[in-house]
Amino acid sequence: MATLILIFGDIDVAEDAVQEAFAVAVRKWPVDGLPPNPGGWITTTARNRAIDRLRRESRGRDLLDEVAALSSDDGAGTPPEVANVQDDRLRLIFTCCNPALSIEAQVALTLRLLGGLSTEEVARSFLVAEPTMAQRLARAKRKIKAARIPYRVPSDRELPDRLRAVLAVVYLIFNAGLASPAEPDLCMEGVRLARILAALMPDEPEVFGLLALLLLTGSRRSSRTRADGSLVLLGEQDRTRWDRVMIEEGRAIVRACLRWNRPGPYQLQAAINAVHADSPTVEETDWSQIVALYDRLFAISPTPVVALNRAVAIGEVHGPATALALADGLELDTYYPFHATRADLLARLGRDEEAAVAYERAAALAPTDAERDFLRLGGRSSR
Amino acid sequence: MAQYMFSAYSVEGAAHPEMTEEQMQQGWQKILVLEEEMKSAGALVFSGRLTEPDTATVVRMAEGDLMTTDGPFAESKEHLGGFYIIEADDLDSALVWASKTTEAVGAPIEVRPFWEMPDA
Repeated sequence: MATLILIFGDIDVAEDAVQEAFAVAVRKWPVDGLPPNPGGWITTTARNRAIDRLRRESRGRDLLDEVAALSSDDGAGTPPEVANVQDDRLRLIFTCCNPALSIEAQVALTLRLLGGLSTEEVARSFLVAEPTMAQRLARAKRKIKAARIPYRVPSDRELPDRLRAVLAVVYLIFNAGLASPAEPDLCMEGVRLARILAALMPDEPEVFGLLALLLLTGSRRSSRTRADGSLVLLGEQDRTRWDRVMIEEGRAIVRACLRWNRPGPYQLQAAINAVHADSPTVEETDWSQIVALYDRLFAISPTPVVALNRAVAIGEVHGPATALALADGLELDTYYPFHATRADLLARLGRDEEAAVAYERAAALAPTDAERDFLRLGGRSSR
Repeated sequence: MAQYMFSAYSVEGAAHPEMTEEQMQQGWQKILVLEEEMKSAGALVFSGRLTEPDTATVVRMAEGDLMTTDGPFAESKEHLGGFYIIEADDLDSALVWASKTTEAVGAPIEVRPFWEMPDA
């Protein structure tokens, strides 16, 4: 053992290696007979195991390059064992989404290394030039190597926060796809990545919650915008154009998550979307159930945005005055949906001048032309 | 094991909260406790707090001549206030120490890896 510690300078590596060597001995010696030099055999076996482990760990940092090469490879090499690939992918996703990297870097790496998109495709989907994206990826990989961002699945203690970061990246990718019609389609990429995560982490309900949320949100995609690019509110969307296959899958996942009974923000948001998907018309929407779900969501995720969405739902049950009172207390001045919501509520209360001011404020902050135009024309009340 | 530099930056002219003698003592205690923790874990290589930036001197070669200047190198308002050299397996582990350090020291901590000497 001391020899091994000397060789590897790492007690853990040495200890594990010796234990493994003994385990192999216990299996093999009864069958093969005692080797001529049992002590030497243990040492040699232990040393080889330790070398394997170190190779695997240092390979992790190089794996990022290997995987990058693999994804542009047409399968000329021998495919690795499936189990190893699953492990490696899990390690990879947590490495790509390490909070020490900027969000842009996390998103780019995830798309490139887990999604298998080419650098050019990633660049196009974010509307940047290819060399810019190549630089971003190169810088991120340099940092991973130089700062030794570890290639492993986080410990149980770190996992909740780190998993949240991963899910946030995938959600971001999906939403980027919703906002722009660029190819490759980041919405479908988001769903695909969420499926990969669900396959890799079948015991994490929030992963399934995210997948369900993306499916249910994505099911409405084709009815979200008109031919001229303007936005269609949820209440006015042609529900016959909602993708029922995605809805069915999303709903099934939501039901499974309910049985799991380990709720979380993504699962709750998915459940809210499922309630919408369940109503053939907006008039039949079970708003009370949505309010109840928002109550639970707010309890675990008390952010102003959740409070705003909850206020909207409450408005559907108790009227716009109640909703406006709730909304007015929120600090969301730079968030355009806040102003759009206030504007809509004000308009419904007949306070048209105040509504117009609020719509103008919302339009000024809106991120896309489609939304800006929609708001400038007075939002829902204009249609 | 890799080595990381934790740099604590002070900003010239930044408002410092008024602290009583007792609060300052408590602050020092926190740092000492953390450093003990680091030493026990074998993570602390070296640490130190620097005196004010205006006590600095810069020497440089200019056209073959040695030039000596009074004052810090950086012309900006941010100056190095102190540093830790920490040994850690990877960035995640280093960041655990760094988060404790920024809490104890009350200043942002920059975590930068040292160049690794290639293995012989």
